[in-house]
Amino acid sequence: MAKRELIEIAHARSGDKGDLVNIGLIARKPEDYPILVREVTTDRVKQHFAGVCKGKVERFELPNLGALNFLLHEALDGGGTMALKADPQGKTFGTALLRMEIDVD
Amino acid sequence: MIRIANGQGFWGDSLEAPVDQIRRGPIDYLTLDYLAEVTMSILQKQRTRDPQAGYARDFVDLIARVLPDLKDRRIRVIANAGGINPMGCRDAVLERAERQNLPLKIATVTGDDITDRLDQFMKRGIELKNMDTGEPLSAIRAQVERANVYFGAFPVAEALALGAEVVITGRVADAALTLAPMIHEFGWKETDWDKLSAGIVAGHAIECGAQVTGGNCQVDWETIPDLADIGYPIVEAEPDGTFAVTKHAGTGGRVTVASVKEQLLYEIGDPTQYITPDCVADFTTVHLDQAGENRVRFTGIEGRPATNYYKVSISYTAGYKAMGSLVYTWPDAYKKARAADQILRQRLTRLGLRFDEIRTAFLGANGCHEIPAAEPSSEIEPHLSEVVLRVGVRSENRAAVDRFTREIAPLVLNGPPGVSGLGLGRPRVEEIIAFWPALIPKSEVRPEVAIWPSAS
Repeated sequence: MAKRELIEIAHARSGDKGDLVNIGLIARKPEDYPILVREVTTDRVKQHFAGVCKGKVERFELPNLGALNFLLHEALDGGGTMALKADPQGKTFGTALLRMEIDVD
Repeated sequence: MIRIANGQGFWGDSLEAPVDQIRRGPIDYLTLDYLAEVTMSILQKQRTRDPQAGYARDFVDLIARVLPDLKDRRIRVIANAGGINPMGCRDAVLERAERQNLPLKIATVTGDDITDRLDQFMKRGIELKNMDTGEPLSAIRAQVERANVYFGAFPVAEALALGAEVVITGRVADAALTLAPMIHEFGWKETDWDKLSAGIVAGHAIECGAQVTGGNCQVDWETIPDLADIGYPIVEAEPDGTFAVTKHAGTGGRVTVASVKEQLLYEIGDPTQYITPDCVADFTTVHLDQAGENRVRFTGIEGRPATNYYKVSISYTAGYKAMGSLVYTWPDAYKKARAADQILRQRLTRLGLRFDEIRTAFLGANGCHEIPAAEPSSEIEPHLSEVVLRVGVRSENRAAVDRFTREIAPLVLNGPPGVSGLGLGRPRVEEIIAFWPALIPKSEVRPEVAIWPSAS
């Protein structure tokens, strides 16, 4: 198995809902979707966002789109207008996730 | 088949996009989404100063500009531009139409504003609990600014059935603006859950404007053609609930399965239950095909019955905040920015100022991602050309926040070297308007539809 950055096989978009960030993670090629399912687990995402995501991480599967949807709870310092972060609407969490190193066959 | 275009993804989006949607190709309906959550509070502040205000003024200027085109091409417009004063918005549009001697039928959808009824609801045991935290509204009742219900597509469809050429709404679910003309044209019923869900998915696909046609598109962004002239999205809807997303020929951007997937996943929760006032759509049933250049076809969409609740957005004041920035330059830009941050915090402590939060971001080093994997390596770090120190504070106490704004500029002369103030001047103190999402039984509120001029 080789180490690769997630950005090589996936793209992503993120946004906010209150204090929660959602990240849609999409396989560039449908055949790579199972790699996302295997490698990008809720535990790994929680660890990747250490210090940023203070609550739980939920994951939903959309096999029809070759995509996963992640919900990162308590990730925006209270959310939206309360947040003092440089990215108060969570717009760049998608690219942050794409920095994750994964094992590829 | 009908063509439903989006020409505005939020208030502040391109002023030219709706004009291009009208003039550069065929459409039947133009939908415009002006109301982000924060917009309602901005409108509230404007109306406090001027009772005639409280709606999206850009919309009035837009209609005045394109009215002859709308008449010529028989395009109908649906916009949530009414904000907290839909009638005021209607009157302003009518006045501009009269000045051009063009008769115009305008309908309004109101009844979403429940600000004055909150105490009555609470007295009757409707707690309006925060959907995220479970707290009852009584916890912040004194700070409430406004409360608005999100209505669905059926009252908007009713407005179209009355013959409105322009429909102005208050708070309506964004995707419902797109679903409404499908209900009107195709005669869909309130129990056609699959078709209603298809319309909601179509609405979700186009409600953020160019974010589905190549804007903010992460996959292969450098090869997306002519973003300077990006085309906004158009849904070509069929009576059976299938549809395609496309854009006008000759415009920039790109509509691909990849660009559509990014938008479908934008700001959703559990994809099997995308809850709207009209239905619960299941995004795991969406099937996408590239049906041609810049054309993606949607089929197979299923949904379930709507819930018995409307969502309510309640805005309330939550203290004050301010943000200040300085830029530190090579050598050791990051080290200097971190040192300046420590100095600033020591000074704030020495002044006895208390904040609910002090938050620092180092832009250019790891300011946005903020995760361990994004931290610059020890080899790169000393070579960074510049790092922006951005510090924000939040407090109930306006005076403390105001005092903080005086502590940024002095650092240019009395802190670490090689720093610029960015020409930004003293930071501004802002009042924070926060949001409280809640649910209310549908039986408690009723949308009101009115048309002008009336039939009588």
